[in-house]
Amino acid sequence: MLRVALTRVASLLPILLGISVVTFSLIRLVPGDPVIALLGMEANEAAIQALRRQLALDQPLVAQYFAWVGRILTGDFGRSIQGGRDVLPLLLGALGPTALLSLAALAVSLLISIPAGIVAATRRNTVADYAASFVALCGLSMPSFWLGILLIMGLSIAWPIFPASGYVAPGEDMLAFLRHLVLPAVTLGAALAAATMRMTRATMLEVLRADYVRTARAKGLTERSVVWNHALSNARMPIVTLLGIQLGQLLGGVVITETVFSWPGIGKLTVDAIFARDYPVVQGAVLVTATLFVLINLATDLIYTALDPRVRLS
Amino acid sequence: MSALETPVQLVPPHGRRQWLRGLAADPRSAAGLVLVGLVVVAAVCAPLIGPFDPEQPDFASLLAPPTGTHPLGTDELGRDVLARIVYGARASLYVGVLSVTLAAVVGTLIGLVAGFFGRWVDALTMRAMDIIFAFPSILLALAITAVLGPSLSNAVLAISVVNLPVFARLARAQTLVVSRLEFVDAKRALGFGTGDILLRTVLPNILAPLIVQASLLFASAIITESYLSFLGLGVQPPTPTWGNMLRNAIGFLELAPWLAWFPGAAIFLTVLGCNLLGDGLRDRFDPRD
Repeated sequence: MLRVALTRVASLLPILLGISVVTFSLIRLVPGDPVIALLGMEANEAAIQALRRQLALDQPLVAQYFAWVGRILTGDFGRSIQGGRDVLPLLLGALGPTALLSLAALAVSLLISIPAGIVAATRRNTVADYAASFVALCGLSMPSFWLGILLIMGLSIAWPIFPASGYVAPGEDMLAFLRHLVLPAVTLGAALAAATMRMTRATMLEVLRADYVRTARAKGLTERSVVWNHALSNARMPIVTLLGIQLGQLLGGVVITETVFSWPGIGKLTVDAIFARDYPVVQGAVLVTATLFVLINLATDLIYTALDPRVRLS
Repeated sequence: MSALETPVQLVPPHGRRQWLRGLAADPRSAAGLVLVGLVVVAAVCAPLIGPFDPEQPDFASLLAPPTGTHPLGTDELGRDVLARIVYGARASLYVGVLSVTLAAVVGTLIGLVAGFFGRWVDALTMRAMDIIFAFPSILLALAITAVLGPSLSNAVLAISVVNLPVFARLARAQTLVVSRLEFVDAKRALGFGTGDILLRTVLPNILAPLIVQASLLFASAIITESYLSFLGLGVQPPTPTWGNMLRNAIGFLELAPWLAWFPGAAIFLTVLGCNLLGDGLRDRFDPRD
């Protein structure tokens, strides 16, 4: 297992290198002078020259890249053009709300999708199956920001149960935090639930046809025990894989959901920075998000390997 | 065409009509075809369906609810919502078709070359694809449009880049299988050139899964375009797109909820149609699934 893990980690290094090259190049692709892009049009000449020297822009491109990587590795992500704060604390401050929202969305998704997928599979070709499958297809086809807007119109405006936007830290007021969390978590979790439900249904259908399930039934076990203990435990592999992939994709999904609900996470930080042309923040947010995305995929891969001995042995 | 070029046909020529009839007979695919067909008709016949100018303000009918004159109401500048939705269909279809076609053509070529030549060509191109795949797709699309500037063509480019690895990986996997089959060896033995083998023998035999993938990615491209427009990084106002209409609607959810209902429904139904059609195509191409 350790050897497998080390191999997987080693295969990640070129990807991380590639991510750093793409992120480094972002600022160089902005039309015009990258220093002006970083400091803004109002910057004075002395500041422009100082930053030009600091970023090694008078050096060849490769030297600039290594200088940039060196700064990133020491935690220096530069300074925000808006307010001049260091970028790293801004990113770290935004990661907390994003993590909370992502976990809540994942919980919403699991609560809906696993029971719905099991019901659809065990009652195949019945009204329940057709209804669950149709709702899942609708969930996959619905743009998350529209669902978010519909939820705001229904549960914040028509029936003012949940706040339409904003964030309260759980440490300040847990109840207010949960009330603010519901709508964005449901919005983000709905699309995940649709895909997971389809996967659960398909996998359960396959597993329910297996010999060991027939044996379990022949032994006289209750249908509940057959489904939940025997079938579901064997159907978990593809579901775990899909969930891991989705957890990574949540990092993309939060960009939209956080913007709709003004949730102060990494997604909203990125969008706000794009509009403020705050390129150091954009660069930092893209780098951190892509790195997290890759690490989550690695973790999924390792969990999958740990859960299934066949993968390890192959 | 020699016999060597047709060992595995995408659809048997004599059964093409029957195959299409079978696709249309499947209720799911038929529903998908109808929905996508309606959107295409709306986009093509936009001036007939929405007789008002979608960009012309009418200050005499600001935020008018749905009526006989304006069946889907008007926005805060008095512009007809129906006209803006049918003209918006053009932008969505344009971005969807162009970005998926671009990604499919370039990605398939990359995958073909990687799978066929293997070794360092394969390693190099696939690592490049892995790097693109390492970014959450919407974030990469955002970053590209943020750097290049918001516009229709940059949205097409961003969505193409995001979808490139999907086609490249799929084409590579299929090429790896097909290029080891006997009829490819036979063409090599007969002295056919590499380009000829790749484009006239391997390519036709790997198209089926790529077509299914294109239909599913078309839906995802429409959603991504709407995300970009919604965030203000896609097609810029006053040109209507479903995404920028929803962005606009956020400020009027209490006063004029129809501004949010209809553009969202247009995206939803179009994507639903593409997904239904994509599922149907997948089942037709691979009945085992």
